[in-house]
Order: sequence, then C-alpha cells, then structure tokens
Amino acid sequence: MTSRLLAILACGSGLVVVLLLLRRRRIREKYAALWLALSSGVFVLALFPDIAAWLARLVGVMVPANLLFVGAVGVLFVISVQLSVEIGDLESETRVLAEEVALLHRRIDELQADARGSSRPSGPDGGAGGADGLGTSSGSEPV
Amino acid sequence: MTDRLLVVVPAWNEAASVAAVVAEVAATNPDAQILIVDDGSRDGTGARAAAAGAEVIRLPFNLGVGGAMRAGFKFALRHGYDTVVQVDADGQHDPAYIPELVREARLGRDIVIGARFAGAGDYAVGPARRFAMRLLAASLSRTCGTRLTDVTSGFRLTTGAALPLFARDFPEEYLGDTLESLVLAARCGLRISQVPVAMRPRLHGESSQSPARAALYLARAGVVLGLAKLRQPPGHAAPDPSSTKGAP
Repeated sequence: MTSRLLAILACGSGLVVVLLLLRRRRIREKYAALWLALSSGVFVLALFPDIAAWLARLVGVMVPANLLFVGAVGVLFVISVQLSVEIGDLESETRVLAEEVALLHRRIDELQADARGSSRPSGPDGGAGGADGLGTSSGSEPV
Repeated sequence: MTDRLLVVVPAWNEAASVAAVVAEVAATNPDAQILIVDDGSRDGTGARAAAAGAEVIRLPFNLGVGGAMRAGFKFALRHGYDTVVQVDADGQHDPAYIPELVREARLGRDIVIGARFAGAGDYAVGPARRFAMRLLAASLSRTCGTRLTDVTSGFRLTTGAALPLFARDFPEEYLGDTLESLVLAARCGLRISQVPVAMRPRLHGESSQSPARAALYLARAGVVLGLAKLRQPPGHAAPDPSSTKGAP
C-alpha cells in the first residue's frame, strides 16, 4: 500500500514540476505536452494498478511490471532521439549565426573606416578590383 | 586577371605561421585577395594576419575548418569573387601552385584538388596511414568518376556551381571539409579533378603515424563516407534560410 502511495506521490510531484516549469516559461509547450501526457499516464496507472495487469494480460506479458519497463524504455528512447535531433538543429543554427556575425562584424569595421574617410573606396563589391592584394587591411580598425 | 580569385586561409591559433603564409600568397599571386578566417583563435592570429595585409574575418568561437570555410565561401559570394582557393595556415601548402589549380579549373572544373601522391613532391607518410589514404582515394575516385590520389588534401580550388553550394551546405563535421564535401559535390553533378602538388611538412602539429591511429582514422573516415553517401543531397537551388533538416 505504501509503495502505491509513493508512486502516486512521485507522479504527482512530477506533474507539478512540469506545470511549474511551464508556468515560468522554462519549457516549451511541445515538450511540456509530452511530459504532461507521460506523467498523467503513469499517475493513472499508479492510482489503478489493475489497468497495468489488464494490459499485460491483453498483450501476453506475464509480469505487469515488465510491460511497464518495456514501455518506459521505448518512450525514453524516442524522447532522447528526438532531443538529439533538436540539439543537432540548434548546433547548425548556431554555426550559421557565428558565420554571419563574423561577416557582419567585418562589414561594420569596413563601414566605420569608410565613414572616417581614412580608407580606400570600398563598395559592397569591394576587394579584388585588380591589383589590391596587399595593403588593404580594413578589417582591424582599432576602436 | 579575368578571374576574381579569393584565397581563403582558415586559421586557428596559427599566429606563428600566418603572417608568413599571407606574405607568400601575396608574393606568388599578386592578383588574388587574401582572406584569413580567424576561427576563434586566442593567440592573436587575426591581428597578425591583418598586420600582414590580409582581409580578416573573426569567428566568435571555434567552428572547425568546415565552418571557417563556409564563412569564407559566403564572403566570396557576397563580394563577387568567382573562385576560392583554400590554403592552410600552417605553411603546408605552397601557394606557387595556385595558378596551376586555376589553369585546371578553366578547363571546366568546379573543384580542383591540389593532390599529393600524383607525381610531384615526395611527401612522407607512414605505411599504415598511406594505405588508409589510398583506400579512401580509391573509394572517392569511384564516387567522383575521376582518378583522385589525395582526397584529404585541404589545398583546393572551388568555383562555378560549387561556390553557392558550399556557401550554404559545406559540411562542418570531422573530415566533412574534405571527404564529405567531395561526395556532396559529386552527387550534385559537379566536375572534380586534381593537379599534382608537392606539399611541405607542417611546421607544427604533426599527425601521428602509428598503425593503430591509422586504423582509427580509417574507421572514422569510413563512417563519414558511409553517412555522406546515405544523406540526401540538399536542395541547393532554394536560397531561403529555412534550413531545418526534416526530422523523421
């Protein structure tokens, strides 16, 4: 009986944590929905363990706990793959932003140098208009 | 004179050699513009390069050769260059060969590799590593439909349709700038060829030559190649920035 109470408490607090995070906007809805559904599901199972037993019989699993384990492993696997995908997307977006930052930074230096009139005429097409291989360091105007 | 040539030098903590590389490129290729991509260096590489007379862009943190080169390709596109040559900042690549790469490209190539083991020079490599490199070269020669002897060379010319493709989709992971980018180019129907060059030993950062290292290298390269061939080629016609890869 106490174990069941523990399970109910654990699921209940899990639900509350997710709700709190959601309220503080620390979790985006798309993840929150998943965790909420998951913890509500387990909550229901903890309240009515007979459901697990019935499901196990339905699928042909001897021990209801094993069905829960298999289910949990499957769900966690899907979630971690999903998170890997999201991290990869974030990483590639960060890279693109870093490249953009570098290009824009150099462009600002160039425009500043132009504005001071202390540099060569360098349009948006600037650079290699013929023999200017050397002595065209506009990139590092000290600020 | 007809080409607008940009020499891109990705540099990460290469303050010791970057100025010499800039000077050498300028001396051998007076018409080329030099762009140093300072890949998040902490030793003043960017300042040294600027002092030596190169254009410099500074990445806010280290992205690796792939990210640095992609920034270089973007720079080239936005500033109207039609040809990019990658030269490493460690002095391994001899910029005197750049005109030969350009000449080869004029025959209608999109990518020209400055390749070791093709006649010029006597670049020393341990037998195990040499075997690994041969295997990779054979595999990629088939993919690219032309004989390549040095697919991990970073000394490369990029022009034509390869430039916009790489500005958007240049692979950024381990060996992506060499192996995977060749697979990508071949799948997009680009024309690839090579020119024999002599390479100099690196000034520092010697790569290990033990058989175990070579085996590990080959395994990683195999994974990179396998994945590269599995991947869908990107729809490189669409210029829109929605680059989210379709999650399964």
